[in-house]
Amino acid sequence: MSTLDDLAEGLLQAVRLHSPIPPISARAALTIDDAYAIQLLQVDAWVRDGRRVAGHKVGLTSTAMRRQLGVAQPDFGHLTEDMFFAENTAIRAERFLQPRIEPEIAFVLSRPLRGPGVNVATAIAAVDFILPALEIIDSRIAEWEIGIIDTIADNASSGGVVLGSPPVRPDQVDLRLAGCVLHRNGEVVATGAGGAVLGSPVNALAWLANVLGERGVGLEPGQVVLPGSMTAAVPFDAGDVVTSVVAGLGSVTARLGESA
Amino acid sequence: MKWDVDRAATVLLDCEATRTDRPPITDEWPELDQDTAYAVQDETLRRRLARGERLIGVKLGLTSRAKQLRMNVASPLVAWLTDAMLSPAGVPVPQDRLIHPRVEPELVFVMRERLTGPGVSAAQALAAVDRVYAGAEIIDSRYRDFRFTLPDVVADNASAGAFVLGPVGLSPERLDLTLEAVLVEVDGEVVDSATGAAVQGHPAEALALAANDLARRGHAIEAGQLVLTGGMTDAVPAPPGARVAFHFTNLGSIQLAGGQHAARSDRTS
Repeated sequence: MSTLDDLAEGLLQAVRLHSPIPPISARAALTIDDAYAIQLLQVDAWVRDGRRVAGHKVGLTSTAMRRQLGVAQPDFGHLTEDMFFAENTAIRAERFLQPRIEPEIAFVLSRPLRGPGVNVATAIAAVDFILPALEIIDSRIAEWEIGIIDTIADNASSGGVVLGSPPVRPDQVDLRLAGCVLHRNGEVVATGAGGAVLGSPVNALAWLANVLGERGVGLEPGQVVLPGSMTAAVPFDAGDVVTSVVAGLGSVTARLGESA
Repeated sequence: MKWDVDRAATVLLDCEATRTDRPPITDEWPELDQDTAYAVQDETLRRRLARGERLIGVKLGLTSRAKQLRMNVASPLVAWLTDAMLSPAGVPVPQDRLIHPRVEPELVFVMRERLTGPGVSAAQALAAVDRVYAGAEIIDSRYRDFRFTLPDVVADNASAGAFVLGPVGLSPERLDLTLEAVLVEVDGEVVDSATGAAVQGHPAEALALAANDLARRGHAIEAGQLVLTGGMTDAVPAPPGARVAFHFTNLGSIQLAGGQHAARSDRTS
């Protein structure tokens, strides 16, 4: 039986060796709490290496994804400073194992937000501004053969973030009905709306604050929250240029460099 | 008995009248090609008009890339709308005249000017539009389990059943239709979302295609007519008891109740 430490080390090593590993759910009988413990062991290791937590992501926010994984709840992961990449600048493909990309809207907080008891009203009140964003998701599990335990243990399949730059105040846009068009190499590959994210991205922010609150963790001013994707994820291969256009928020473009 | 245009039109209209589904016509008439299928569609329209229905516009089918790939076609298809298909807002899905209704959100144009192909561009097409509405199209194939080939669905008037218009008509110059979004709710849960870009890249591209395709068939889109530009998302089932809602960014919401079970004709399956 592998210990939680062993499993966390296996995921860290998958990144170091640039080599995906088999599903960890096949190696041990794990609970959701065990999976989050494995995620936190990796975050602790990153922080010891000098990386700083800059925010969080919420995953499994679409009905379709939750049905696919057979779960009722979303999940969350950690975003560290080094996971943020500049718009329009080639991102090194070697950073990722098997990247995919999805359109999101990012919340940037002006005030601390700590559950339990956070509702939509208190969540919106803590938002400073909103940015269009692209989330690069990645899996340390070979062929993306993930169940709920695998993805939670693997930092909710986080990879990176590209933020657009036009800030919009939360009272300037109806995030639920804001449309999003995702272009990959000039072709429309997906469309969606903010409401695809738990009915509204604000619901995902409130959910995150409440589940972190149960663990004694609060969201801090300046932190970024990615509430979940507005469409299904699409491939993000070396050389790809992907743009998300969001009604009322402008656009954001991510480029993955050619492999070295 | 030998198949021809008349027989195919009779069979499809009978299926509709008796609420009976059937296997694809091409199972028995594999020679049915697209031009002949359009002749069947036109014959069903002629008979609808002869019984007193009025032609009020056209609909496009297969405007999403996903559906085109599934059906292995490169362009959408065009079919006829009559006043008998118009369902008032707030009225449940008319189960008593449908077989297995499914519903999909659409962007609907009301034409200000006549639009005649060939050679119509999306910009010219949009300039001929008076208002844009949200729409809920209730599609209802006469084929069992919605199993059909392209000629089958062309002959079957592109699965036209009924449709409902949204509450507000806006001038198209006020809207970026590529970003006009819809949220699809079933039983209060968001199950899908999309924008107008899912319809041929822009619904005006679908409108231009319709005008150009109809020109080939000797028709124009007339001033005052409606054009249903095609499903923005996959259709969701609308059986009795269903609760479906489409919420659009600027064009309002459409609520559709599945309505009551209706007595249905005997059918073989």
